Amino acid sequence: MHLHGTALWTLHPALCTLHYPMIETYVIPLLKILVLLNAVLVAVTYMVLLERKVIAWVQVRLGPMRVGPHGVLQPIADAIKLLLKEDITPARADRFVFTLAPIVSMVPALIAFAVIPFDSEITLFGYRIALFVADVNVGLLYIVAATSISVYGIILAGYASNSKFPLLAGLRASAQLISYEIAITMILVSIVATAGTLSMVGIVKAQLEAGVWYAFIQPVAFVTLFIGGLAETNRAPFDLPEAEQELTGGFHTEYSGMRFALFFLAEYANMIVVSAVATTLFLGGWLRPFPNVEALSFLGFVPGWMWFLLKTFVFLYVFIWIRATLPRYRYDQLMRLGWKVLIPLALANLVVTGIVKVLL
Amino acid sequence: MLEAIVFYTLAAFVLGFGVLVITARNTVHSVLFLVANFLCVAVMYVALAAEFLAVIQVLVYAGGIVVLYLFVVMLVNLKAIPEAHMDPRRRSRLGFIVASAILLEVSAILVYAARRADAMPLPAGGGDGTPMTGNTEIVGWLLYTDYLIPFELASMLLLVAMIGAIILARREA
Repeated sequence: MHLHGTALWTLHPALCTLHYPMIETYVIPLLKILVLLNAVLVAVTYMVLLERKVIAWVQVRLGPMRVGPHGVLQPIADAIKLLLKEDITPARADRFVFTLAPIVSMVPALIAFAVIPFDSEITLFGYRIALFVADVNVGLLYIVAATSISVYGIILAGYASNSKFPLLAGLRASAQLISYEIAITMILVSIVATAGTLSMVGIVKAQLEAGVWYAFIQPVAFVTLFIGGLAETNRAPFDLPEAEQELTGGFHTEYSGMRFALFFLAEYANMIVVSAVATTLFLGGWLRPFPNVEALSFLGFVPGWMWFLLKTFVFLYVFIWIRATLPRYRYDQLMRLGWKVLIPLALANLVVTGIVKVLL
Repeated sequence: MLEAIVFYTLAAFVLGFGVLVITARNTVHSVLFLVANFLCVAVMYVALAAEFLAVIQVLVYAGGIVVLYLFVVMLVNLKAIPEAHMDPRRRSRLGFIVASAILLEVSAILVYAARRADAMPLPAGGGDGTPMTGNTEIVGWLLYTDYLIPFELASMLLLVAMIGAIILARREA
């Protein structure tokens, strides 16, 4: 409908799209991607500060306080420091793979955000925008595929450093990651069986229909996914591969400057992805607490994306809390937990879910 | 038109990475080119509207199997290409014979598939009225009804492979 030159848009802002159909198909997704990437990168940078502050408070001290009021500018100082550091590549290291490894670590963590739904639909300047970049009908599998690609970053980092300690640490870390991937995938299968769809938006809508968050229907899956998520992101207590006391710093020993920063940021981005996925699958995504209870509908004044961010933040806080509290697992204990405890638990959960779905 | 451009670009990438796999000097680079090859094939699957297969390709093939290849390659850690012991003329003759045999096979398959242009229609209703809206549902349905026996055989095969690997790697106490 070619209405160039008419002032139809003054009647209703949404009619703008009649003039410029390009905006809906090209500009809005591009803007969404830009906003999302920037928000994620800023969030990841400030996660560093959050972690240092929370661990400090747990240990009855204050954390960074000098740079900016209460240390708020600390991540910026860190970023400048890492950018200005000397960029060392070990002798006889494979330069191409050495540079590729941090990139392969970071990119899957960022692209996993494409299918995470922050809200179903909001109206902004007359355009109805869905707050997710894409609603792929295999969304959950896409996220699992992205995390399985990020394993390469660790293996390649260990290999490219041309040094024994990073190689062994890289192999250990990737063995840990692929072991816990199995338990996580089985948990995701039982959630898919409960929701009936692989699409992330579909799972939240299924929780809306069921009227209750899946954390109450599948508590075992919830806990197992969280533990698996801790192991997948190499977070304490499963952070043996990258702890400073073990193997002189793990797979990123030979990395310095911006490459090291990329590994660091990739780990925090993975944490945010795991928290967002757990929020979508178990805590109802953008739904308010108790979505089926009419009496609490006054909570609806808080927009959906704010609930989502709040729930993700709770998960991130619990990640940091656990790091500050629990001692580290030894490597054989870690593998035993993954193979002999979490996988049977996930399998049992899947069987029980199947039985309940068929009988009810 | 756009489809043809996408297909030919992807095909060029797939073939290019495939050639790089066998001509790279460094074995780890070879494996990395293989990963790139698989990722391009996954994009091709998306272009064919087989999104489930595309994601499974990345998850299982690129993200699982090639990781294990990489483990082995890194632990074996070859610094130089092992020298060939065969007479080079004999080697190229054998190579030519094997390559032409494979070419014959592939062209036979293509001709056979083109003749049977009336492919089996997909069960749209799923038998008992289960709504089939996407790739995943249809593949799942077929796998557990029409192709159940091959599925069970494949899982038995995987179990045997796992047990074999554990027994071979076990140290005699």
